[in-house]
Amino acid sequence: MEGWYIEKGPESDVVMSSRVRLARNFKDYPFPFKMSREDAEKVVERVKDAILNRSIATSNYEFKDMLKMNPIDKQALVEKHLISPNLVNERVPSAAIISKDEKVSIMINEEDHLRIQCLFPGLQLDKAWELCDKIDSLLEENIDYAFSEKYGYLTCCPTNLGTGIRASAMLHLPALTMTGYIRGMLDACGKLGIAVRGIYGENSEALGNLFQISNQITLGLSEEEIINNVTNIGNQIINQERTLRAELYRQNPYRFEDKVYRSLGILSNARIISSEESFKLISDVRLGVDMGIIKNIDVAKLNEILLYIQPANLQKIFDRTLSPDERDIKRADLIREKLGIN
Amino acid sequence: MLCQKCQKRVANIQITQIVNNNKQVIYLCEQCAREEGKFITGSPLSVNDFFSSMIGFPVRTSVGEQQLVCDKCGMSYEEFKKVGKFGCENCYKVYGEKLTPLLKRLHGNLQYHGKLPKKVSEDVKVSREIEYLKEQLNNAVKNEEYEKAAEIRDRIRELEKNSAS
Repeated sequence: MEGWYIEKGPESDVVMSSRVRLARNFKDYPFPFKMSREDAEKVVERVKDAILNRSIATSNYEFKDMLKMNPIDKQALVEKHLISPNLVNERVPSAAIISKDEKVSIMINEEDHLRIQCLFPGLQLDKAWELCDKIDSLLEENIDYAFSEKYGYLTCCPTNLGTGIRASAMLHLPALTMTGYIRGMLDACGKLGIAVRGIYGENSEALGNLFQISNQITLGLSEEEIINNVTNIGNQIINQERTLRAELYRQNPYRFEDKVYRSLGILSNARIISSEESFKLISDVRLGVDMGIIKNIDVAKLNEILLYIQPANLQKIFDRTLSPDERDIKRADLIREKLGIN
Repeated sequence: MLCQKCQKRVANIQITQIVNNNKQVIYLCEQCAREEGKFITGSPLSVNDFFSSMIGFPVRTSVGEQQLVCDKCGMSYEEFKKVGKFGCENCYKVYGEKLTPLLKRLHGNLQYHGKLPKKVSEDVKVSREIEYLKEQLNNAVKNEEYEKAAEIRDRIRELEKNSAS
């Protein structure tokens, strides 16, 4: 099984993944929401040409036409964070070019003509930016970007103006959540220009204690400064989380281990399980693994489970559409199988 | 209370309908309400919806502003104020100045400090070289080094010709 998520990255006990995304637009074409179908097709062709027909490791990239893909496959890509839900709207032809190891995804005709995205495990925003930068420079050889010396890269939405960069990291913060200290963290981040949101779940409550931090400002700072800001704040959050985890354990090791093992117990034995419950339990087990309490499961396996329990990916594994009830059963089957239990 | 349709999820939406003077109240969960088309969530409030207030202008557009329309994509400043998005790169030229307060609120510093596309950075390099040469030209003329001045002048002309393309 390929994918960046089976690699272990730095600080992986707290940081699941890092992502850098660049927004770019062609000169001489309106932005996607004002484009004609023909223009949109032309843009898709030009990007395809710039990447797949040149020597930029063509065998490593796959072209995915959003107009031709079926909804479940598209949703599966969204669940993998390879494309955004916005790309799936069918107002104009859109596409994505994705590397086989799923580290790189280039979206065409999302909100901007181009969204170049790089995903790395753990906290590696600098590496993700390096790769994005490289791909951007390569694309730029064949594409004239909309750019002004005053504003930088011109984007559809003013919130992306300038560098067009969004640097984000996905963090697992069970101790900060459990102790309630996460509120203070959210406030502090807001004041420092860092946005925080829960990744799964509809409200501000984050499912599975998973949060994403990202920069809010894209103009006035260099890309390196932005990357460093998010990385530094990430590191501070990591330290706080680790300290709190150690403290929680110290205060009552038996209760701590009990919670972790009970969750593992349910995951290993349930016959029916919802995705909300799965997220919650996986978070507990992950904490146990991170702290060395649970020794025979590795984080890569948990990442894999976290991905395949989601609706579209789950249905792809069983190769047919499933009703919500069927999904809950198959999910439980999948989890037990991945954990090596019959 | 459980949703009256699916009987599974918690009902957190109360819908009151008045049909032919009869009042009906039904309780649905969000999902069923959406499916029934009775609960219009639309797209959630996004930051773009707040832009108009940040631009800091009165709600009614002045006559001068009404005429601000991008000649390339046809998007008007009026429309921008509603959706918070630009139609094309030219829009920035047409009504970009109006946005200074908004951009200040979003980003703080308005001076671009990021990566330069290769083609652009070359232009910047060339224009700086031209300025430098012009200075040299002035000095040469002052010192009555007319031959040197002529050489410099030719170089400047060449650079200007190339960069004008």
